[in-house]
Amino acid sequence: MQKKRIVLSYPPHLVDQPVISKLVKDYDLNVNIMRARITPKEEGRLVLELTGKRAGMEAGFKYLSEIGVEIQPLAQDVKWHEDRCTHCTACISVCPTKALDVDRKTMGVSFKRDKCIACELCIPACPYQAMEILF
Amino acid sequence: MAKTIEEINEKIKKGKAVVFTAEEIIDYAAEKGLKKAAQEVDVVTTGTFGPMCSSGAYFNVGHSKPRIKLGGGKTTLNDVPVYTGFAAVDFFLGATAMPDDDPRNKIFPGKFAYGEAYVLEELVAGKDVKLSATAYGTDCYPKKTLETYISLKEMNEAILLNIRNAYQNYNVAVNLSEKVIYTYMGVLQPKMGNANYCSAGQLSPLLNDPYYKTIGIGTRIFLGGGIGYVVGSGTQHNPGVKRTDGGVPKMPAGNLCVTGDLKMMSPKWLRGTSYTGYGVTLTVGIGVPIPILDEEMLRFTAVRDEEIFAQVVDYSESYPQSIPGSIAEVNYKQLKSGRITVQGKEIPTSGLSSYLKAREVAKTLKDWIEAGKFFLTQPAELLPSVDSGIVFKPLKERPIKKG
Repeated sequence: MQKKRIVLSYPPHLVDQPVISKLVKDYDLNVNIMRARITPKEEGRLVLELTGKRAGMEAGFKYLSEIGVEIQPLAQDVKWHEDRCTHCTACISVCPTKALDVDRKTMGVSFKRDKCIACELCIPACPYQAMEILF
Repeated sequence: MAKTIEEINEKIKKGKAVVFTAEEIIDYAAEKGLKKAAQEVDVVTTGTFGPMCSSGAYFNVGHSKPRIKLGGGKTTLNDVPVYTGFAAVDFFLGATAMPDDDPRNKIFPGKFAYGEAYVLEELVAGKDVKLSATAYGTDCYPKKTLETYISLKEMNEAILLNIRNAYQNYNVAVNLSEKVIYTYMGVLQPKMGNANYCSAGQLSPLLNDPYYKTIGIGTRIFLGGGIGYVVGSGTQHNPGVKRTDGGVPKMPAGNLCVTGDLKMMSPKWLRGTSYTGYGVTLTVGIGVPIPILDEEMLRFTAVRDEEIFAQVVDYSESYPQSIPGSIAEVNYKQLKSGRITVQGKEIPTSGLSSYLKAREVAKTLKDWIEAGKFFLTQPAELLPSVDSGIVFKPLKERPIKKG
């Protein structure tokens, strides 16, 4: 079994197509939609967590590419600018997955990309614009 | 045996001063005992790095040819207004000022992405900023418009002057309402979804000298990465609040007015800062050296997070409506653990003041003293303390008579 967090970008003509249900039914993938923004006639952006067998995952990605959906790993869309971070910990109490976490001994903040679900709660909480989400 | 500032400075000169940070001294005092530690240790360094809104700076930019009188007109740095009610080319920059065309909270919550605190950070980083002015013109100052780049090194004077910094303790902010609120204490989630605090606790300058027995007018300090001085007590200095048996205030109490040459400072320790829905502010690094003149001062500097208490205040109703009252009292050990319990509810906590950076300030100041580059000062006057009779007054609004 594999687990992947990805960002899908839909071209306008696919916005009304049942793409996700195909991933579930035809490729046996378990889909957790973490975020979705779909604008009719423009485009759609989805943040998904996919769980499934390697073969299903690969075939599913192939299907998505063929119909024109662009796939990106989520990690690329979330940035922690360490140079801007002052380790104040303002983000710590709002981060639901502990992607932003603090070592209580050093009081240093760290960002674990793979735990991030791009909920964006850290964005208004950070006074130093250290978190950026290109979504 | 009591020590004097002169004796300590003599040891610093010889490279023999014993210096600890306010964090390191805790274990050392516990191990050696107060008496022995007080004999051995000469200086304890403190530090803090947090948002301090009442910060600013004054400048003299030199005279143009022909001359211009900025006063009475409008002057901006990178399109952010400064105050010009002085002689021709002096002006004052307030850290929270923002561009006239910033939408503020019109689209709520506003981002407040830029303001004078950021201009200050850029200047200190050595960058060019745009100085623009319009003036009314006089016989002696005929020029009416000015538009130029300027950097810190081209100015005659560039002096940080912060009228309320380094607060001795602060509130812990929560939100009892049903909706998210955006405050100077950060974004507060409804129904006490989080609690934000803002103090370096055991490392914080005034919490290590709670009665201001060594800090006063003229005290030399670490300020913004350079050297600064205490001007005196800051605005709203309020020493007469409730204290623990150890003398530590249980709520915001004293604070410092500080000044220093911006040309010696660093953008690492003066940071432009934006609180969503609230505004722009400046995050300032300050470190104050505490001379260990006697055993009592050693005891004060050995204060621990668990001995420093703060009040949990509701920022949805109590604070904005000026209704006094605390929901609970918690200590900094609890706050720094990441969770506090208030009214039976466990709440995650966040700091707004960086403890990691506070430690770095205290360590830097310690290094300067050990290297013989920084000497202690005898204040001209100590800050007003609990016996000063200072009362922190609210504003009583009186109706203006019409006609």
